[in-house]
Amino acid sequence: MSTASQNIEQPTSFVFSEETLEKANAVIAKYPEGRQQSAVMPLLDLAQRQNDNWLPVAAMDYVADLLKMPPMKVYEVAHFYTMYNTKPVGKNHVQVCTNISCFLRGSDKIIAACKDTLGIGLGQTTEDGEFTLSEVECLGACVNAPMIQVNDDYYEDLTEESTKAILEALKNGKQPKTGPQGDRQGCQPAGGLTSLKEGS
Amino acid sequence: MLKDSDRIFKNIYGLKGKGLDVAKSIGDWKDTKEILGKGRDWIIDQVKESGLRGRGGAGFGTGLKWSFMPKESDGRPSYLVVNADEGEPGTCKDREILRAEPHKLVEGCLIAGFAIGAHAAYIYIRGEFYREAEALQDAIDEAYAAGLLGEDACGSGWKMDVYVHRGMGAYICGEESALIESLEGKKGQPRLKPPFPAGVGLYGCPTTVNNVESIAVVPEICRRGGDWFASLGKPNNTGTKLFCISGHVNNPCTVEEEMGISLKDLLEKHCGGVIGGWDNLLGVIPGGCSVPIMPAEVCDTVTMDFDGLRSVGSGLGTAAVIVLNKEADVVRAITRLSRFYMHESCGQCTPCSEGTGWMWRMMERMVTGDMKVEEIDMLEQVTRQVEGHTICALGDAAAWPIQGLIRHFRPEIEKRIADFQASKNAAA
Repeated sequence: MSTASQNIEQPTSFVFSEETLEKANAVIAKYPEGRQQSAVMPLLDLAQRQNDNWLPVAAMDYVADLLKMPPMKVYEVAHFYTMYNTKPVGKNHVQVCTNISCFLRGSDKIIAACKDTLGIGLGQTTEDGEFTLSEVECLGACVNAPMIQVNDDYYEDLTEESTKAILEALKNGKQPKTGPQGDRQGCQPAGGLTSLKEGS
Repeated sequence: MLKDSDRIFKNIYGLKGKGLDVAKSIGDWKDTKEILGKGRDWIIDQVKESGLRGRGGAGFGTGLKWSFMPKESDGRPSYLVVNADEGEPGTCKDREILRAEPHKLVEGCLIAGFAIGAHAAYIYIRGEFYREAEALQDAIDEAYAAGLLGEDACGSGWKMDVYVHRGMGAYICGEESALIESLEGKKGQPRLKPPFPAGVGLYGCPTTVNNVESIAVVPEICRRGGDWFASLGKPNNTGTKLFCISGHVNNPCTVEEEMGISLKDLLEKHCGGVIGGWDNLLGVIPGGCSVPIMPAEVCDTVTMDFDGLRSVGSGLGTAAVIVLNKEADVVRAITRLSRFYMHESCGQCTPCSEGTGWMWRMMERMVTGDMKVEEIDMLEQVTRQVEGHTICALGDAAAWPIQGLIRHFRPEIEKRIADFQASKNAAA
């Protein structure tokens, strides 16, 4: 995939803000002397977070320069890992897991509820730029299936109704309750504890 | 059923709260200095005696793996790398350790790091686990503030640093050499082995890569003794294990149980049974999506351990139990896995990068029945061409679910083909 071939408007320059630069330096310090290339992934993530959750070529070049890496090596990384958005995404990136555990628990209905509520299809962004809808691979919350991730948060144990309620809340600028949407707090059996009952 | 007193993860549901004080109240960081004082050989011997087999899927002896690390440095530092890139579909056990029991992992990093001669541990956590990475970092920060990590960890005289490194969404980075490549700031493409990481790993230095759960149980093994851990479970399949049970059970959950528990007990005692009752069971994928499915008749008697599951042609893998009842579309479920492997193939080896796409397209036709019966065998043969012909095990993992489906559900596949032909003929 050619980095510049995507038909999107690329900013001509990118620099870290003072705050991001401070975080970036703390990240670089985690790795041994001369191994600063290890910081490329976290730095690209910081760049993406600073830039409305997408990664322009200018940011890749900036990180390459900062870490003294050939730009091509940074482009390779940016395109290998799925969490780097190389084109703009909505303010709320709604990612629906449809892998096996979610599929068995009805992720088809969750996809339908998302499409219905947002009025867009998979891979599309709403006209107001508020929502992007994506189908993703297993997010590792399988006993709380079906689930979605919106930006950094998981919403689990979903039904069509709770999915719609979450998206409506986000539309209205509210922060919905994260995690499981039913009665349980985490991954314990919903019918009541079967172990660790006595609080020992 | 395992007694609560023999459970290692006493706060796995997070119900006791967070933080170092809570962790200490359930026994974490107790006598850590004394454990280190017994020396690295003692620790490795305890882990060997415990019989602990790696909890990431392959089941290699953890103590034995540690013993491959050099005793004397040749000038290169040694590294501990913890694989928290949990992404095997169906698997969500490490997530619970990371967010509810992170101190077990951090303490384990110190003890394991000391045992293999490493002063630095990198925990590679999947990028989507953002909140879990925060919880883990909080625990690490608390440990530094309390002097449990750092220049003189726990007052032992051993310098130990623990760092969190977030992945960015690539299943393949759960393969240890791909993980190392990724940690070095490259595409996560597996390396050819040998050399193994114990000789040439991170930055070309001796490295041990262990799963989160393997490291998190080490402190308890050292405190209670390898013989205690070995007294649980079955010979060669010892100890306790986190099982995460998803799919068609009434109460999907993660639970710590004894290795070798029967599958039926696991589902009935902890998960409220199969939806629609035991007789409504179609099959179980017992160890994450990479192991072959077992039909219902095998599920009646099989035990949940490495050897028990291998003897029925499947595997324990990550102990992620995916349950399908008779309402499930098993062909579509396996097809979904085929698409997953196509998506996650790193593109390095031709049999996998081409084969996973080809197999998925065949599977898509199988879902509707739009194929010839002979093509079932052709597909099976192609899975054999992929299996064993790639650098890493992703090719094998892509092949096995399809092989399992054909082995156990061929009549269902042939019925679909017959139905498709019948409807086509009727339309004509």
